[in-house]
Amino acid sequence: MYFDTEVFQITVLSLKISALATGISLLIGLPLGTVLALGKFPGRSFFLSIVNTGMGLPPVVVGLIVAMLLWRSGPLGDFKLIYTPSAIIIAQTVISAPVVTGLTAAALQALDPRLRLQLYGLGASRLQMVGSLWREARLPLLAALMAGFGSVISEVGASMMVGGNIRYQTRVLTTAIVLETGKGNFDIAIALGVLLLAIIFLVNWALTWIQQRGARR
Amino acid sequence: MKTQHLLKILILIGLVFPLAMTACGEPAVDEPLEVGSPKNPELILATTTSTQDSGLLDVLVPIFQEQSGYVVQTVAVGTGAALAMAKDGNADVLLVHAPSSEKALMEAGFGKERFLVMHNDFVIVGPTDDPAGIRGNIVAADALALIAASEAMFVSRGDDSGTHKKELNIWDATDYNPNGDKPAWYVESGQGMGATLVIASEKLAYTLTDRATYLANQDNLDLVILAEGDAVLLNVYHVITVNPDQWPDVNYDGALAFANFMASDKTQAVIKEFGVEAYGQPLFFPDADKTDAELGLE
Repeated sequence: MYFDTEVFQITVLSLKISALATGISLLIGLPLGTVLALGKFPGRSFFLSIVNTGMGLPPVVVGLIVAMLLWRSGPLGDFKLIYTPSAIIIAQTVISAPVVTGLTAAALQALDPRLRLQLYGLGASRLQMVGSLWREARLPLLAALMAGFGSVISEVGASMMVGGNIRYQTRVLTTAIVLETGKGNFDIAIALGVLLLAIIFLVNWALTWIQQRGARR
Repeated sequence: MKTQHLLKILILIGLVFPLAMTACGEPAVDEPLEVGSPKNPELILATTTSTQDSGLLDVLVPIFQEQSGYVVQTVAVGTGAALAMAKDGNADVLLVHAPSSEKALMEAGFGKERFLVMHNDFVIVGPTDDPAGIRGNIVAADALALIAASEAMFVSRGDDSGTHKKELNIWDATDYNPNGDKPAWYVESGQGMGATLVIASEKLAYTLTDRATYLANQDNLDLVILAEGDAVLLNVYHVITVNPDQWPDVNYDGALAFANFMASDKTQAVIKEFGVEAYGQPLFFPDADKTDAELGLE
């Protein structure tokens, strides 16, 4: 039954796309969140409120804007990214980056400010200081990672719009569920939903285990 | 303590707000009911995304609501889902265009009345430069065969909808079976007609679409009609009332009222005129005075 291989392909694609998007969000969000938390520059709190607003960005609006940029009629149309997995990764990164950034900033700001002074006092370089702060805040930082991943693995509006739900190319678990529901195959839709939930659970179980490992002192 | 105070206020808001909202939602008890308003005014109409995308229901439903007092909840889903809703008793009346699947539904006893309402036609659209050379071809099967032969990109609905079934029907009349072979040029969108047209437009590909959705969206598309007129491209709509013998809770009175409305002379006249002003041609052709056999269906 080809359906099983297809479900496997869809699952792997969903994980690849969301993992990449979350990874890129981490690369952007961790340093950016740190700068926003620890830095002192004019407009810092304004910037922070922009990031926090970004956490509540409606994913379907992100999808629409990214689609308008990537369409042939749009400014980035020449890159032919519309209806490719890359387009979904771009949209999902836009959705999860503010989440990771905002929660990173909050996590670092929650640390005792004297810790920074103490680290400097012990002779830490700036990089070492940031590294120690990250380690100290790893519980909420891992929560930020889980939140970032969660916000994109379960996202459907943007994925549908910029990906197009094209079979074998950009069909992911969430868009497949929409399709099966539209066909009236509610049992298949629910099965895919359970699969998606199981994956989200497994990923978060692993991350929580890493998170709590540090907590057990 | 300030935090405890704040917490109490938040909890209070959290409890009071939803209560206030539900109070706002209910109508005042002493408002008199309109004379002639039906006992159960809520009617769930399950229709397909193509029908909704054409805009016809945006015209007809308000007229029906005005004259009957029913409040129609139009749910536009895929054909498969609409028929499943009838089977599960989740809809009261259907307006769909998949005759063979509808007959199966009727034979299984889930539909009570089934009235012929109207038809429009499907057309094959594609990029203006027509790489497969199908322009002017009247025979739909020949046009699709040319597309397959030149391996030009073709976007399929891929969602078991009426349009999808029609497309597979036409492929059966050719020597090609892209649904089985899954060649690279055959793209399945798994989405509604509007979204599928956008994909075809973006990829400069061919697709099969109903004329109504195409005309309603043509300003946003880089596609033109390349093949039309074949008898096989007829797209026939029926209205079906869900059988209350199967699901006693369905709003059968409302469903029958809607079905009769769709077949009534006045509505048929509205259908005849729909789209003429905006597109220069009608989008649908009223058929309530004809039989299925006259349209080529058994």
